[in-house]
Amino acid sequence: MADEIAISIRDLYKIFGPNDKAHVDAVRRGMTKTELLAETQHVLGLKDINIDMPKGAIQVVMGLSGSGKSTLIRHINRLIEPTAGEIVIGEEDVLAMSDKRLRDFRRHTVSMVFQRFALLPHKTVIDNVSYGLNITGVPKPKQRETAAYWIDRVGLAGYEDNYPAQLSGGMQQRVGLARALATDAEILLMDEAFSALDPLIRMDMQQVLLDLQKELKKTIVFITHDLDEALRLGDRIAVLRDGEIVQQGTGQQIVLTPADDYISSFVKEVNRGRVIRVETVMTTPDEGPVVPEPGSVPVRRGTVIEEAAKKMSDKEVTRAHVIDPDTRQPIGLLTMRAIMAAMVMPLPADALTDEQIEALA
Amino acid sequence: MDWFDNVKWLTDFPQIGRSSLRLMSRTIDQHYRAFSRAYGDDIEAFFRPLLDFLLWFEKLLINTPWWIVLAVIVAIVWIASRSAKITAGTLIALVLIGVFGMWEDTMRTLSIIVVCTALSIILGMPIGILMSRSNKVQAAINPILDVMQTMPSFVYLIPIVMLLGIGLIPGLIVVVIYAMPPIIRLTNLGIRLVDKEVLEAANAFGASSWQKLVHVQMPLALPTIMAGINQTIMMALAMVVVASLIGVRGLGQPVLQAITNQYFTQGLLNGLAIVAIAIVFDRASQSYGKRLQRHREAAHG
Repeated sequence: MADEIAISIRDLYKIFGPNDKAHVDAVRRGMTKTELLAETQHVLGLKDINIDMPKGAIQVVMGLSGSGKSTLIRHINRLIEPTAGEIVIGEEDVLAMSDKRLRDFRRHTVSMVFQRFALLPHKTVIDNVSYGLNITGVPKPKQRETAAYWIDRVGLAGYEDNYPAQLSGGMQQRVGLARALATDAEILLMDEAFSALDPLIRMDMQQVLLDLQKELKKTIVFITHDLDEALRLGDRIAVLRDGEIVQQGTGQQIVLTPADDYISSFVKEVNRGRVIRVETVMTTPDEGPVVPEPGSVPVRRGTVIEEAAKKMSDKEVTRAHVIDPDTRQPIGLLTMRAIMAAMVMPLPADALTDEQIEALA
Repeated sequence: MDWFDNVKWLTDFPQIGRSSLRLMSRTIDQHYRAFSRAYGDDIEAFFRPLLDFLLWFEKLLINTPWWIVLAVIVAIVWIASRSAKITAGTLIALVLIGVFGMWEDTMRTLSIIVVCTALSIILGMPIGILMSRSNKVQAAINPILDVMQTMPSFVYLIPIVMLLGIGLIPGLIVVVIYAMPPIIRLTNLGIRLVDKEVLEAANAFGASSWQKLVHVQMPLALPTIMAGINQTIMMALAMVVVASLIGVRGLGQPVLQAITNQYFTQGLLNGLAIVAIAIVFDRASQSYGKRLQRHREAAHG
């Protein structure tokens, strides 16, 4: 991906303990988490993290509890102090900022949504949403105006004067989202933002986020333990385990070519039809132009195979061709057989050609 | 047995000799007396504005016609509690106090309690806030608070009376020493109990420490702080009789008189008046605290 990089995390280490800086070299030389704990009573939080997060896209960091994902996201706005490494945002290393600069950075450049909402219980919805603006000293009328706009955008118009305790979980997180958006920060950190919500409400909120993102094009860092959520939201996904990145890539890359058994076990249960895209399973003739057979249905590049399959069965055909939405030219052929195979069979990594793996990106 | 005499320290606690002990007490006392002779006047002058204020407030309560004071108190209770029951109870209690001839003493007690509570809050809350910010400060202040609360008040009466004589100011100091610890402790506790996640959110949005204190910590600690204020008032009232020992007039003095002369009814009546004031303060401040917390009620709608 040749996209612009918004957040660049380089060689980030975090060790929890009173004397963390002293042990970072040992960890660099290969000391494991268990050894570190046994020998020094220090806990290894993050180890050698390198991620380039694309601008204007959703970067998901996925991992189970204890994997260090919440620690990682808190380094981006430095709610947690790192042991070593750097985080570059717009040419500036966050970890080298002075206290004053850091406050400024938190006020204007980065905002955050929390797992358990973390709303101010003694303030009304509109006062909660204008909290970030209040801190920066925006004039009161402007605060109210901006807050009212975002309350409306997240679908809470009419609840301005309610207290958080009077709202359901989903509504409270809408307030949290509006509060984060109201400061107009270009980076949005979401720490398991939807994990505390019921499945249906969670789907709802994911849609709210995707709809807003289409228009806002923020750089979003989204933490989750749920692979389905990661695949639905993430333009790019990084999988974290025991404080280390085990794999980075698009959803498709991770589902089709899991880096190790740990990720394989993760992706086993995923509905692959909603992840794999048509261009991944299409075939192209060795020579000459792609010629669709008569009766073949066109599907656009980027369509997931489940949708393509539905289109084909609606038309009662078994063949389709993939077209490039820009040039409107056919670029590959698709059979129902290939789609079925891709949906049900976990492909071993070596079953794909290098070009196909390349195409996954 | 010689051997047994030699190990006398095994049976009797080896203690400082009587004469050394006497010398030590005398030296300390002398130095303190010298100190109070040298600085007593300055210290008294320092407290002078406070004394003037106390006297002014006491006179105000006593010289204002009783029905105005009664109306003001009842109005304050109503505004604080918004409860007809508490307000009516206050009215009845105050009328009974007046009918049984304790109005003036009650006004005196009321004035010193109000001033002591205000002083405890003004001094105690900042100390509590400091304690909440640093474990070291907390570790240093906690034992001092323990001493303030458990040291029999008669013990610190002595140096205070030596320094300032008897009267309102020493009485005030004694009451504040005893009544201030709860507000300090509960301010500290309340701030420490503030939800870490909410505080983290404030940090994430770039709040300064002052902004965190004013917008997040104090408001969220308020229920606990209110409990501290309530306790402070109760403890100040409990000291009324002790303070009367050093010349603080009010409901404590008739009680003291009753003890020495075995006037059971007089003691009981004045005691009940103290109880009545305590209950009025308690109920009014508690329901005020509850009203501040209305936002906690989870009513979906």
